[in-house]
Amino acid sequence: MIELKETTIEELKEKAIELRKAAVTMVYKAQSGHPGGSLSAADIISALYFKEMNVDPANPKWEDRDRFVLSKGHVAPIQYAALALRGFVPYETINTLRQYGSPFQGHPDMKKCPGIDISTGSLGQGLSCAVGMALAAKRDEKEYRVFAMVGDGECQEGQIWEAAQTAVKYELDNLIVFVDYNRLQIDGTTDEIMPLQDIEKKFEAFGFETKNIDGHSMEEIVAVLDEVRGSTNGKPKCIVANTIKGKGVSYMENVVNWHGVAPNDKEYAQAMEELAGGLK
Amino acid sequence: MSVTNTPVAKKATREGFGDEIVKLGKENKNIYVVDIDIGKSCKTTAFMNAFPNQHVNVGIAEQNGAGLAAGLATTGKIPFISTYAVFGSLRMAEQIRQEACYPNLNVKIACSHGGLTPGNDGGSHQAIEDMGVYRTMPNMTVIMGADYHSTRKLVEKAANTYGPMYLRFTRDAVPMIYDENEEFEIGKAKQLKDGKDVAIIANGDTVYLALQAAEQLEQEGISVKLLDMHTIKPLDREAVVECLEIGKIVTVEDHNILNGLGSAVSEVVAEEGKGKVRRIGVQDRFGESAPYEKLMELNGITIENIVATAKELLN
Ligand SMILES: Cc1ncc(C[n+]2csc(CCOP(=O)(O)OP(=O)(O)O)c2C)c(N)n1
Ligand SMILES: [Mg+2]
Repeated sequence: MIELKETTIEELKEKAIELRKAAVTMVYKAQSGHPGGSLSAADIISALYFKEMNVDPANPKWEDRDRFVLSKGHVAPIQYAALALRGFVPYETINTLRQYGSPFQGHPDMKKCPGIDISTGSLGQGLSCAVGMALAAKRDEKEYRVFAMVGDGECQEGQIWEAAQTAVKYELDNLIVFVDYNRLQIDGTTDEIMPLQDIEKKFEAFGFETKNIDGHSMEEIVAVLDEVRGSTNGKPKCIVANTIKGKGVSYMENVVNWHGVAPNDKEYAQAMEELAGGLK
Repeated sequence: MSVTNTPVAKKATREGFGDEIVKLGKENKNIYVVDIDIGKSCKTTAFMNAFPNQHVNVGIAEQNGAGLAAGLATTGKIPFISTYAVFGSLRMAEQIRQEACYPNLNVKIACSHGGLTPGNDGGSHQAIEDMGVYRTMPNMTVIMGADYHSTRKLVEKAANTYGPMYLRFTRDAVPMIYDENEEFEIGKAKQLKDGKDVAIIANGDTVYLALQAAEQLEQEGISVKLLDMHTIKPLDREAVVECLEIGKIVTVEDHNILNGLGSAVSEVVAEEGKGKVRRIGVQDRFGESAPYEKLMELNGITIENIVATAKELLN
């Protein structure tokens, strides 16, 4: 039986705003970090941590928990925001991102932060780890599921496809991969830097069951999670989430440069004000 | 040699690469840059804009970039692969071994974010093994300049010298030590001070620390020989052997103490069968998020520790 938290769509939307505020605050206080891809991922993270995933903040290493692998580890702030809001760490930890001694390292560190299931930061590697976790669940006849998030730029790494073919071979229908399809990476758009072609078709051709959603529509996120829950069709899932990098902070939206820079005082104040008004 | 007296100006050595590669690209149409989606950070944007036909961006795909560069090299081009040190060494290590070192092709790997300089990114991004990894590959040359100007000169030499090479730069600004007319030779140590009591051999961002330490020791009446060992492979063996006349050597590097500068020097010292070495560097442990200076302090890569270690050797 998969246990769900009973959270309404409205509540999930509110949480997504709280997550965004916390992530932007972290990057602002650290004056370093990656706001753009944190904001594009926020709504999915909200649905996972406040509804879908079976995790226990009091027992973060509980062996039957669902796993989450942030393969695009540079957007750690958005996962940290969820961990802080769910009580894996004290909320004030958001003031310590990237500082000496903080559990909130520049990139997710499973040895330092409760709730991180695998250390990431070097792109392309996390999905293989997620496959290992999902494979173990099958072998151990456990019911936990493994959720992973990869960047669209990250899908240029060959290892993503090595992981994908393995997930299909071992019929890992307990693996759910989100592609944060925000169409931007560091040096430009994915189309300019290395076109992804039809990313959904690619995963489909590998043997995944694929879905395509608006990654900022909480209704669609919840609906797709409802659809894939309890699947026993032997196919790993790939959910291509069409997103906007920087979503929720107007001046960051679709601006490539907001990949890895921190807002100044004025920009921070504006971001918090805009987020207080909800998503446009 | 001329060392500027009060080095206050600072510049990241990745800037040195970014500026020099533009000059080289203009002079020689065979100079290519292979970017891996971190061109902005690695300072290759000016090159890309000036010479689009000599530029490739393979996206986030280091292994592919390495192989592509080897392919370019077979046609007489001189590709500079540009990424962060941790990826440029480890992620593409085998591709470089098989397709650049084994066939001895003219592939250059030019990496920013060397050592502990990507401080707040955390341990995943701090490259502490890179020079060691490449030092063990036959045909490979391994270089890290101490400052902006020496980096420019070494990049120029690398472009004009055949063979696979790894060049490592700092993310952070480091003090300028040399003036722009200073000449450098790959594989030839630069002597910054001559002395008779203790020898200090440093490279990269630690040369400035070693220089400060040497000056402090001198004020205390201790005479220091100081070498900038910008090339750890091929190592300037002769320069190390000369230090054995003093017999007491402190090495300093922003790299794991295993298999970097300190190891290379120790090998020579052991083979010569005389002299003592103390290695200062990353203490065979991963980094973490912290300011660069804090990480250096945690590993004892500081002026104070260089001074203390030199004195300890003298006693
Ligand atoms: C192996 C590797 N190469 C390069 C980097 C540097 N890097 C960090 S983020 C990034 C771009 C990521 O783009 P994408 O996957 O689209 O993420 P998002 O747009 O969601 O931020 C790059 C190249 C890295 N972390 N790992
Ligand atoms: Mg992207």
